[in-house]
Amino acid sequence: MTNELDIFVGNTTLIDEDVYRLWLDGYSVNDAVGLRVRSGILEQTGATAGVLQSDTMDHYRTFHMLERLLHTPPKLLHQLVFQIPPSRQALLIERYYTFDEAFVREVLGKKLSKGTKKDLDDISTKTGVTLKSCRRQFDNFKRVFKVVEEMRGSLAGNIQQHFLLSDRLARDYAAVVFFANNRFETGKKKLQYLTFGDLAFCAELMIQNWTPGAVGEAPPFPSPSLDSQVDDMDVDLDKEFLQDLKELKVLVADKDLLDLHKSLVCTALRGKLSIFPEMEANFKNLSRGLVNIASKLTHTKDVRDLFVDLVEKFIEPCRSDRWLLNDVRLFLNQYSASVHSLDGFRHQALWDRYMVTLRSCLLRMYHD
Amino acid sequence: MPGKLKVKIVAGRHLPVMDRASDLTDAFVEVKFGNTTFKTDVYHKSLNPQWNSEWFKFEVDDEDLQDEPLQITVLDHDTYSANDAIGKVYIDIDPLLYSEAATVISGWFPIYDTIHGIRGEINVVVKVDLFNDLNRFRQSSCGVKFFCTTSIPKCYRAVIIHGFVEELVVNEDPEYQWIDRIRTPRASNEARQRLISLMSGELQRKIGLKVLEMRGNAVVGYLQCFDLEGESGLVVRAIGTACTLDKLSSTAAFLPACNSPSKEMKEIPFNEDPNPNTHSSGPSTPLKNQTYSFSPSKSYSRQSSSSDTDLSLTPKTGMGSGSAGKEGGPFKALLRQQTQSALEQREFPFFTLTAFPPGFLVHVGGVVSARSVKLLDRIHNPDEPETRDAWWAEIRQEIKSHAKALGCHAVVGYSESTSICEEVCILSASGTAAVLNPRFLQDGTVEGCLEQRQEENLPAGCGFCHIPYDELNMPFPAHLTYCYSCRKQKVPDVLFTTIDLPTDATVIGKGCLIQARLCRLKKKAQAEANATAISNLLPFMEYEVHTQLMNKLKLKGMNALFGLRIQITVGENMLMGLASATGVYLTALPTPGGIQIAGKTPNDGSYEQHISHMQKKINDTIAKNKELYEINPPEIPEEIIGSPIPEPRQRSRLLRSQSESSDEVIELDLSHGKKDAFVLEIDDTDAMEDVHSLLTDVPPPSGFYSCNTEIMPGINNWTSEIQMFTSVRVSRLSNINLTNQTLNKNFNDLCENLLKSLYFKLRSMIPCCLCHVNFTVSLPEDELIQVTVTAVAITFDKHQAVQTTKTHVEKSLQRASTDNEELLQFPLELCTDSLASHTFSPAKEHLESASSNSGIPAAQRATSVDYSSFADRCNSWIELIKLKAQTIRRGSIKTTVSVEKASPLTEGHFRQRSAPCANSTVGVVKMTPLSFIPGAKITKYLGIINMFFIRETTSLREEGGVSGFLHAFIAEVFAMVRAHVAALGGNAVVSYIMKQCVFMENPNKNQAQCLINVSGDAVIFVRESELEIISPQQPVASCQPACSGGEIAT
Repeated sequence: MTNELDIFVGNTTLIDEDVYRLWLDGYSVNDAVGLRVRSGILEQTGATAGVLQSDTMDHYRTFHMLERLLHTPPKLLHQLVFQIPPSRQALLIERYYTFDEAFVREVLGKKLSKGTKKDLDDISTKTGVTLKSCRRQFDNFKRVFKVVEEMRGSLAGNIQQHFLLSDRLARDYAAVVFFANNRFETGKKKLQYLTFGDLAFCAELMIQNWTPGAVGEAPPFPSPSLDSQVDDMDVDLDKEFLQDLKELKVLVADKDLLDLHKSLVCTALRGKLSIFPEMEANFKNLSRGLVNIASKLTHTKDVRDLFVDLVEKFIEPCRSDRWLLNDVRLFLNQYSASVHSLDGFRHQALWDRYMVTLRSCLLRMYHD
Repeated sequence: MPGKLKVKIVAGRHLPVMDRASDLTDAFVEVKFGNTTFKTDVYHKSLNPQWNSEWFKFEVDDEDLQDEPLQITVLDHDTYSANDAIGKVYIDIDPLLYSEAATVISGWFPIYDTIHGIRGEINVVVKVDLFNDLNRFRQSSCGVKFFCTTSIPKCYRAVIIHGFVEELVVNEDPEYQWIDRIRTPRASNEARQRLISLMSGELQRKIGLKVLEMRGNAVVGYLQCFDLEGESGLVVRAIGTACTLDKLSSTAAFLPACNSPSKEMKEIPFNEDPNPNTHSSGPSTPLKNQTYSFSPSKSYSRQSSSSDTDLSLTPKTGMGSGSAGKEGGPFKALLRQQTQSALEQREFPFFTLTAFPPGFLVHVGGVVSARSVKLLDRIHNPDEPETRDAWWAEIRQEIKSHAKALGCHAVVGYSESTSICEEVCILSASGTAAVLNPRFLQDGTVEGCLEQRQEENLPAGCGFCHIPYDELNMPFPAHLTYCYSCRKQKVPDVLFTTIDLPTDATVIGKGCLIQARLCRLKKKAQAEANATAISNLLPFMEYEVHTQLMNKLKLKGMNALFGLRIQITVGENMLMGLASATGVYLTALPTPGGIQIAGKTPNDGSYEQHISHMQKKINDTIAKNKELYEINPPEIPEEIIGSPIPEPRQRSRLLRSQSESSDEVIELDLSHGKKDAFVLEIDDTDAMEDVHSLLTDVPPPSGFYSCNTEIMPGINNWTSEIQMFTSVRVSRLSNINLTNQTLNKNFNDLCENLLKSLYFKLRSMIPCCLCHVNFTVSLPEDELIQVTVTAVAITFDKHQAVQTTKTHVEKSLQRASTDNEELLQFPLELCTDSLASHTFSPAKEHLESASSNSGIPAAQRATSVDYSSFADRCNSWIELIKLKAQTIRRGSIKTTVSVEKASPLTEGHFRQRSAPCANSTVGVVKMTPLSFIPGAKITKYLGIINMFFIRETTSLREEGGVSGFLHAFIAEVFAMVRAHVAALGGNAVVSYIMKQCVFMENPNKNQAQCLINVSGDAVIFVRESELEIISPQQPVASCQPACSGGEIAT
């Protein structure tokens, strides 16, 4: 005797958090049942495997029906079909949009296109995240991206408003969207040591400081108007700013200025750095690296390679000379501050806009 | 022009994309009532249109207002081709027709399409202006209130309970009309939905007219059902109890739940008849009363009510025939006469209520049921549904005469049902024969009764158990003892009833769900041969079902069943029987004896050993169950119980059919042993399996209880969390070697596994109780069994549990007082002191003046009751098999109830524990099959919800297969019910019931169809924590001893 049909419908929709997690993780019903059995639930409750199977199927069916609504979370709040307490709704949404660290590092900065989607099985094999789960996470990225890419206003704010995510998660998505939009390269081997947290941190700073929205012309609250002839406020880098960054070139092109800058930094740091000689020897290289990165940012290709360049031109040299994090901090502080004392340099504000962000990014990225 | 209906279409949201090109929709709305249609403007290119229409006004007769639903259709405008329908909303405007209910319907309704399900929502506002109509001969019955609740609704008081109302209307089923071949499935479904909506409106109006004729103003326990008879048509029938209700003043309504009822209680005379055996000419036994008739349906003509006089229920003889009770006196006679005359006027003295105002129920005589197998025939003239009327009239007569045979003049907890397979239809009716207090049945008797109050006092907790029939002329061989509560009246040893446990009944321990499950194979046959085959099987099934129930009851160590519902379902090649009831241990009834196993071949040593092993297992199970359900009645020495009954002991017999097909019965003399044991004889493998299956019913996991009544006896500290659910399972039988045994086992497993799944799913609610567990079985196809369960899980507070099990002392007085303590905890908790003492007085009076009556020992006797009567019946059936049909009935066990509704009591308990309603964009609407909401007070009834939906798909696989399809549909039905309630301004549905869930599939064609019919009462409830509590909260513990002490003293 087999059950052809087996359903349970509650007036309040029952959500089992453990099963939800298994579902999100992309396990098939049978795998999920196996995992639940191993969790010892049968012993705890005295249930049979059949009961567990039926229960799991039922929850999976419910989640499947809810998935359509989870794609547009505000609909979940207003729909009438599933009566779910608000706290549970929030949990459903938050968990649905939560992504795996391993997965996001693979996709971050890639174009959210069909092509990438085809590579998901490779990513799945590499990361150990099930293909199903990879697809869900990828689709989440893409969906969020599509909704907010054309919007004005705060990126994280827009995401929060349209997807009802927690503050933390909304900011993570903002990073994902920012990376995807600017296609920053993050997959190179030498960048593998960077965590999503590092990159999200950088993205947030760049959104805050390097996008048109950062200048403060944007209305304080996001208005979801679609007719943006103007640049998107938060998603793209401020083109004018990038153009201006070329002006910084003078810091390395002008030999006097470079020497003066070096002497100012060295004077200030003498005796304070454990690796002072190495710093002194490398100063021009490092400075050239940082300024050249800035001046090249008008080219899309170079924007994409921003993180590669930062690692190659700054982090790797420092690391090979065994700078400590504190050395890097002292150096960068002094390096950016000293520019204010360069009388011949007129782009102080521009320098600060560039360096404040860059300094924080580098410090965050400076680890093993 | 007695009414003006006004409708405004405000907005839509979440509409589906109807134009692929733009991914948008050009929506407009048609509003139709009767033959008038209005349209809104087209709102272009939006999925969230804002129509903000003018008020569409329909000027209509109130008759139409009652019959017609308001029909709202949302369409997508298309310039070049026909407009596409998005979906529809049907709104029943009946709740707007009586003043006390809703005044406006306003809210978001899901837009429903029978093919696509819910597609967005629409915001609608509906109002009705009613003009007073002075026409006496009007056809409408506006103003009559309808309640699904099978008790007097919470914020009302019953002035008079008039009695039974019934009506049926028939029509052709649109699905079977010729036009169905050329129209789309959608059109056909909509025609059906609309027709049924119309028919139920008409039915309700007609019932309303009958109520007005009876001078009532409400129908309580309204149950409306559809019979999808296929080719032969569509029947919509309804039964209910006409009442005159008084709305309690608002202050009273806001008082803690018990106040008004308990005040009420003290004024109610307890017309407990100490000597119920007043009729010397005892009715004949149920066996004799049986009639078997099967005649072609056509031959029936409608019976007129006047023709029933010969069946008038009242025993014409005087009182005091030989039984011990003497103090009954003339008052009783008077009372009886009053009751008689009150009831005599009625064609059918039936009541669909299952719980009653205090004092209403005097005695209970037992379950009466009747079944009849009919051959369906096309309904030729829908305006004259005589055949169907005649069928039901016949069955009701049957029930009525059975009740009479049990010395009862009324039937309570009455319900009717059908099971249809092809052209064969089983009509069933069942109820509980009872003796009622005339106080509520007519005006003018109240004063007279009140005077008797001083003399008429019996312990409230046991009165209903006392037998209503003459001991010397018992309708069937029963085994009587003196009541274990009052020691003065006779009680049977086992009690089966269809009603809820009376609130003043005293029980020990907790109750539990008891089910008997049974399948019988049947040869496929046509027409009359088929009907005859079914008729022949029915008695055996009923017998088996009763045996199972009795065995399981004994195994649980309990002695009474409440809420008994036996469903017999007919399929192509089998019959299924499913009986559900809630077992309890009533203190008034004797301790049930154990189950003894007897072997057929006692010489064989190993066999003996096996038997004794089984015996041990059974004894262990009984002991375990007693512990589990906290049944620990005191051992009462025989002397206290009173002298043994003088009458000659009856031979107790236990009957078993030896093999399923044979009708041979074994008699077994059980009167030897002193202790009343129930003997199971193991004579063949069948019996062996039966014993095994007895033992396979696993008890619910710890922390879980279940019952099919409103509340769980023994649990009274409910917390506010409730979860109503519906679970459906369809199982396919492997058709190789189907035997009755494998079938039984499959069916048993199906039900047990379903219960296990429920326990597992709801484990997060522990400790909790599944209440009102309602199983329905259907056989949609040859090898398919469908089981549908609807129930509500309610959490309760384990730690604050009121101690319900009391040690019983030997003195009856003392014991009664403890009992009172138990049963009155609720009033105690909620009422101020003065109120509480009032509440108690009736109980005390009962206790003191318990009148004496003869008692009888021995439990095995009562068990034998059924069986012996069954045996005889089985034998006689053999002879009667030649008859073309038969109606089966049985009057078995007795019960009397004189109580107020069960639920108010429970309701009162938890005010302080209610949780705040969660804030959400969508208001939370609770649904429950119970008549109350724990921890909350119902402040207003907004009207009846009665909805019928059809859902069909031609892409079954794409919708997730049968499970996905039905899961989504049931979720949608819930959503639509909630939306309608919310639009009426309510926040809950009580007495919710899914009356029908007909599921048909054709996986090969990738198609499925499902019909669902649900109903309930829309209400507004207020959390008791949110109410300003008027009377100070009294902790149970502190209040109880004081009150019960006073109680004893008085």
